[in-house]
Amino acid sequence: MTGGGLTLAVENLRTHFFTRAGVVRAVDDVSFSVDRGQVLGLVGESGSGKTVTGFSVIGLVDPPGRVVDGRILFNGRDLAALPEAEWRKLRGAKIAMIFQDPMMTLNPVLRIETQMVEAVLAHENIGREEARKRARDALGQVGIPSPDERLRAYPHQFSGGMRQRVAIATAFINRPDLVIADEPTTALDVTIQAQILHEAQKLCRDTGTALIWITHDLTVVAGLADHICVMYAGRVVEAGEIDAVLDRPLHPYTSGLIGSVPSRNKRGRELDQIPGMTPSLLNMPSGCAFRARCGHADAACDSAPGITAPMPARAIRCHHPLLEPAV
Amino acid sequence: MSDSASPAPYIDLRRIGKRFVKSLDVAARIARHLGSSVREEVVHAVDEVDLAIRPGEVVGLVGESGCGKSTLGRMVAGILEPSEGSYFYKGRDIRTLDAPEARDMALRIQMIFQDPFASLNPRLRVKDIIGEAPRVHGLVGRANVDAYVDDVMLRCGLDPEFKRRYPHQFSGGQRQRIGIARALAVNPDLIVCDEAVAALDVSIQAQILNLFMRLREELGLTYLFISHDLGVVEHISDRIVIMYLGRVVESGPTEDLFDSPNHPYTQALLQEVPRLDQRHAKFSAIKGEIPSPLDPPPGCHFHPRCPHATARCAEERPILREIAPGRRSACHLNEGAV
Repeated sequence: MTGGGLTLAVENLRTHFFTRAGVVRAVDDVSFSVDRGQVLGLVGESGSGKTVTGFSVIGLVDPPGRVVDGRILFNGRDLAALPEAEWRKLRGAKIAMIFQDPMMTLNPVLRIETQMVEAVLAHENIGREEARKRARDALGQVGIPSPDERLRAYPHQFSGGMRQRVAIATAFINRPDLVIADEPTTALDVTIQAQILHEAQKLCRDTGTALIWITHDLTVVAGLADHICVMYAGRVVEAGEIDAVLDRPLHPYTSGLIGSVPSRNKRGRELDQIPGMTPSLLNMPSGCAFRARCGHADAACDSAPGITAPMPARAIRCHHPLLEPAV
Repeated sequence: MSDSASPAPYIDLRRIGKRFVKSLDVAARIARHLGSSVREEVVHAVDEVDLAIRPGEVVGLVGESGCGKSTLGRMVAGILEPSEGSYFYKGRDIRTLDAPEARDMALRIQMIFQDPFASLNPRLRVKDIIGEAPRVHGLVGRANVDAYVDDVMLRCGLDPEFKRRYPHQFSGGQRQRIGIARALAVNPDLIVCDEAVAALDVSIQAQILNLFMRLREELGLTYLFISHDLGVVEHISDRIVIMYLGRVVESGPTEDLFDSPNHPYTQALLQEVPRLDQRHAKFSAIKGEIPSPLDPPPGCHFHPRCPHATARCAEERPILREIAPGRRSACHLNEGAV
């Protein structure tokens, strides 16, 4: 995944939370990269560290959490030790984020116009009228009808799907190089989700923005992403091109996740469930974190597996990759 | 939805409806007295719906938020009283049941809720959550409650060792199992599952779905499975009912319905379900938003978003008609001459 178009390269990122109950290794040695105009799907279940990874990349990890190690190379520049003043120039201008709940991210007492214009004026020295024009165009781009009127509205006057569009329009308004979307469609209905995916896909294609789409839903990533990173207990367990990973998963966890998705060719049959549940990050087992739930685990799994690349453009963290085609 | 060839339905709801009325406050009543045109707000959450469920069947009820699927589920479970229509339980109108019969029906139809965090009393131990109802209703003697609870817990994949714990000591998936155990403890025939797996992680969701299917085989249960997730519903249901803004738009056997959806809304919905085998998709997106149930469009509720809508669709409400054996759809397009 290297090349001239590399937007973001995260190397050996570790974000830990220093709580009274102990150190939580929410992100533990995570590496991935995203090219210009590409979509990376960051998939994991709750507690896998996918959201904290996103927050680390945009510098929003709050105490007691801290990025303790690793590099975040954004357009070649390391962000890991960036002072807050520098972050402010970057955030919203070059890197933007879309959150899960648009009701929480829009200010309920300000008009949409005020919030969007503020986002423009914070980073650019242009007139208010011009900023307003840009906000209107951005709303139009995400398919909001009569954007001129809608700019004057308050967030509560929008439906959930419309609010998420406003959030997306705001994220893309300064033409960022990278947008991080954290489960932006999880709270939405199917038809509205499809609309949002459509807008996000279009914007990335048109603007060359790289997109990190964080989700627990493999089916959304299957349709949207170019590359996929599967996270488990703070680590990337498998990464690669979307088709390669979904058609032929090498890690038992990825394979289990795919088997867990109900779909029509499995109708009425028992799903291949993964037994047990995600271990607590406070109390991680030694060795491979997936060991206790894995059907292939043996004595070798007592030591933590490193990253290997059994195939080109694939990375996997497992002692027993499923190299035999698993059907 | 009652086919002639199949056994008598376990429950049969006919032209059932539910209105929620927001009554006027004092100020609004005075304003109206003085000639203002304020009116009570009426939401027709469920509007003349027919639903029959036969013994042993799994019926999937699908719809987006605000379509009335939960309200319908709650009426089936007896938590909400219908405002119109009639409800037949084993062939008898429930209004004619006497008190013991009504209580028996209340036990026979149980419900499992979406949020495993909100639906369990945080101050009760698991053994009380599961054991209270069967004890109160005399299904099991006081001395045998402990063994009975163990049995139900094992059946739902819970370790009876943990029965003295409180709900907060369990994970989301285990709590959902407690909710299932609570429903099963009174030996129900029909379980209404209202988004019962929506709040769970994928791997846990698969475990719970497998549990539902196993319990169905072991105990001969009937389910009304309410969900917005078409993948889940398709996996578990024999028959599917699709709702839009308070009305049923289409129903039929799962495979037929997924192979050849008839109603334009169903077609749009199925097209937009993300699937694992669909890569680098071009999301096309059906236009528009779900209208407010406070002020639904006239005629066919779906016509403002429908690509095939005609003038008639804006005026006349389409009737749910049989289009093939076991298949029903409410669309004017099926009548040919539109």
